[in-house]
Amino acid sequence: MSFLVEMRGIEKRFPGVHALKDMQFDLKAGEVHALMGENGAGKSTLMKILSGVYSKDAGEVLIEGKAANPNGPREAQELGVGIIHQELSLMNDLTAAQNIFIGREPRGRFGLLDEAKLNQQAASIFKQMNLELDPRTRVDELSIAKQQMVEIAKALSYKSRVLVMDEPTAALNDAEITELFAIIRQLRSEGVGVIYISHKMDEIKRISDRVSILRDGEYVDTRNSAETTIEQIISMMVGRNLELEELVVPDVSDFDTALEVKNLNRGRTVKDVSFSLKKGEILGFAGLMGAGRTEVARVIFGADRLDSGEILVNGEPTKIKTPSDAVEAGIGYLSEDRKHFGLFLGMDVRSNIAMASMDQFSSAAGYMDETGMATAAKNYIAQMGIRTPSDTQETQFLSGGNQQKVVIAKWLLRNCDILIFDEPTRGVDVGAKSEIYKILNELASEGKAIIVISSELPEILRVSHRIAVMCEGNLTGVLKAQSTQEDIMQLATKSMHSASVSTSISGGAAK
Amino acid sequence: MTNTIDTQSNNTLESMINRLKKEQHRFWAFSGLIVLLIGFSLASPNFFQTTNIISILQATSVNGVLAIAATLVIITGGIDLSVGTLMTFCAIITGVLLTNLGLPMYIGIPGALLGGLAAGGLSGFLIAKLKIPPFIATLGMMLVFKGLSLAISGARPIYFNDTPGFSEISTGSLIGAVIPALPIPNGVLILFSVAIFASFILTKTVLGRFIFALGSNEEALRLSGVNVERWKMLVYALAGAICAVGGILLSSRINSAQPAIGQGYELDAIAAVVIGGTSLAGGRGTMLGTIIGALIISVVANGLRILSVPQEWQIVVTGTIIILAVYADILRRGKQ
Repeated sequence: MSFLVEMRGIEKRFPGVHALKDMQFDLKAGEVHALMGENGAGKSTLMKILSGVYSKDAGEVLIEGKAANPNGPREAQELGVGIIHQELSLMNDLTAAQNIFIGREPRGRFGLLDEAKLNQQAASIFKQMNLELDPRTRVDELSIAKQQMVEIAKALSYKSRVLVMDEPTAALNDAEITELFAIIRQLRSEGVGVIYISHKMDEIKRISDRVSILRDGEYVDTRNSAETTIEQIISMMVGRNLELEELVVPDVSDFDTALEVKNLNRGRTVKDVSFSLKKGEILGFAGLMGAGRTEVARVIFGADRLDSGEILVNGEPTKIKTPSDAVEAGIGYLSEDRKHFGLFLGMDVRSNIAMASMDQFSSAAGYMDETGMATAAKNYIAQMGIRTPSDTQETQFLSGGNQQKVVIAKWLLRNCDILIFDEPTRGVDVGAKSEIYKILNELASEGKAIIVISSELPEILRVSHRIAVMCEGNLTGVLKAQSTQEDIMQLATKSMHSASVSTSISGGAAK
Repeated sequence: MTNTIDTQSNNTLESMINRLKKEQHRFWAFSGLIVLLIGFSLASPNFFQTTNIISILQATSVNGVLAIAATLVIITGGIDLSVGTLMTFCAIITGVLLTNLGLPMYIGIPGALLGGLAAGGLSGFLIAKLKIPPFIATLGMMLVFKGLSLAISGARPIYFNDTPGFSEISTGSLIGAVIPALPIPNGVLILFSVAIFASFILTKTVLGRFIFALGSNEEALRLSGVNVERWKMLVYALAGAICAVGGILLSSRINSAQPAIGQGYELDAIAAVVIGGTSLAGGRGTMLGTIIGALIISVVANGLRILSVPQEWQIVVTGTIIILAVYADILRRGKQ
């Protein structure tokens, strides 16, 4: 059996991370091969090596039987590897055809552009794809799905034999997904090999022939999709059976209510949301991507403005217009996007931990107490097991799990009574995950009121004392602990009209 | 478990390399300055003379002070194009208070500093509260200050002939009075005092930590519950007050407030900041680097003049140095 692509013994290290360990992958002509794994499993890194964005540290890559070592996406393209990124990279003001042949425009007499030939060539690619599209249409007039088709056409115009698609359906509706799948099947029948990355389980069953599973940078297994159940794939991805560890739900009926929100509204993202949270309680927030969970958290924290509604902290109505109001009221928020909204990557661990509590560490004139900050930082480094050579290490050199602990420490130092964790384990490896769960439990037992937003149902089920479920901006229900995934999914899809709903089992939008 | 140990030793190594790179950075700017000094000394016997070195320092004082103001703003990830004309505006305020109103210096000088503080604070308000991009806001303010200076002064210089002590601020020499062999003018002392003050702010105070945090990740700072708008305004206000020091230094040296100058000074100031290794992207920079950058510009101008290179070519050389300094920085960072 000859393969279009063979990758063997691939090794890749980044500062502080062993991203790929003895990784392998292969792709046959005329198959759709799904690549599955949690965030941080190594899917993107592997594909970036195949498409020449990263260089490998060790191992071999064979493309159509020949050793290949593409240096940059351009060389990969010449070797027949095309990649379609989640974020489309088209120029909106140009036409579809102009986009496809950018930099390679056919020339006529005197070196002038031959627009007619350009459109003709684009049309012939569209025909090959069975796609109805006028090549002269400006890209910004196309739907996201059609734009994606243009990207595929662009990849095919390089005579690509291998097509990598990274979460191609993230922004598509059901009809568009069907359209995309028709094109993928057409390409498959012509002998193109498609590598398909997605978090949506039902799609894997629908479109792929084989599925390879990666976990923590290691190769787990490759199976025929038709003979493998979704449950088997999930358990291979997470490396354990999803039997819940003993979750102890404390009796908080005698405890005071820490946070109560009434009829929160913001645009179309938060609709009439009301709930309450007691001290010592962990309230999970479940829902599909875009259900409005993060938006609720940001509104409570004052990061976004509220249209209407009431927030009560410890029973007192509280006006929260800015994050500093929220912090003043004892609310801390750990963003889902650590790097953009949580960390100061170029600054050291000590400054990061102290950043929300600078008033504790300065005189009235603003002189900083470095010694005090160092002591506090060292305490948290020891207490939470943050793996860093010292408190003066820049946070950009820490692993995802340790970065997350630094952000948690920032809020613990501030001594917030209400903590909102948005995707606390995104991009965090399995070991650090359970440490973070432990920290959540300890905080709750100390009487902190905690909200955990997560797209991973097993995570929600593992930590939550109660589970709030959202769909399309509405809070569709609050479940007790030890509910089933089915109960949650039912509420998470409650107001959707469409029959087929994609079950996002992992982080969803892998960045 | 082996993985953990592995990661840890990697981190130690990286932090060491990282620290070395930071030091290396300062080392390069500093050694560039030394090479220039040695080169010009060998090329001309007139270069390394006490009087010439003092005149280099004197020539650095105004640009150095403005560059310090610009450094504070640039580390936040902003830019201030108004430092030059704000300096002039403050000089005119000084002239109005001392000459036109005949007020004493102990009112006139603080008055100019307050004027600079308020004017800088206004730029900060436009940027922090009204969310006007710093480039546009300070471009507008640059013209506003220029126009105000001309309007208030009637487009004529204001002389300080009635305030005898005023020129002493820049040209007098406290050190020279004690050590006659070292007649270092007060203007130079003031430059270094401002630099030490600004360096203290940057490294030892909460404001300084927030200046770096703003440039590193402004949204993360806001989400840490810090009142970002207030601190940002404070940075621009402080930069404005430092520009006022520059205005007082300049007008005291030429014993007059000249309303028509100022525009163009901001570019020299930004050039000094950039040569000194402060990143225009924000989050990184030192006052020591800025002072070295300002000295490099003065040394080149002075040395080329002594070698009788025409002024137009001096400008070409300065431009080339800016480009080389930034390119060297890009090369260094590309290796990381």
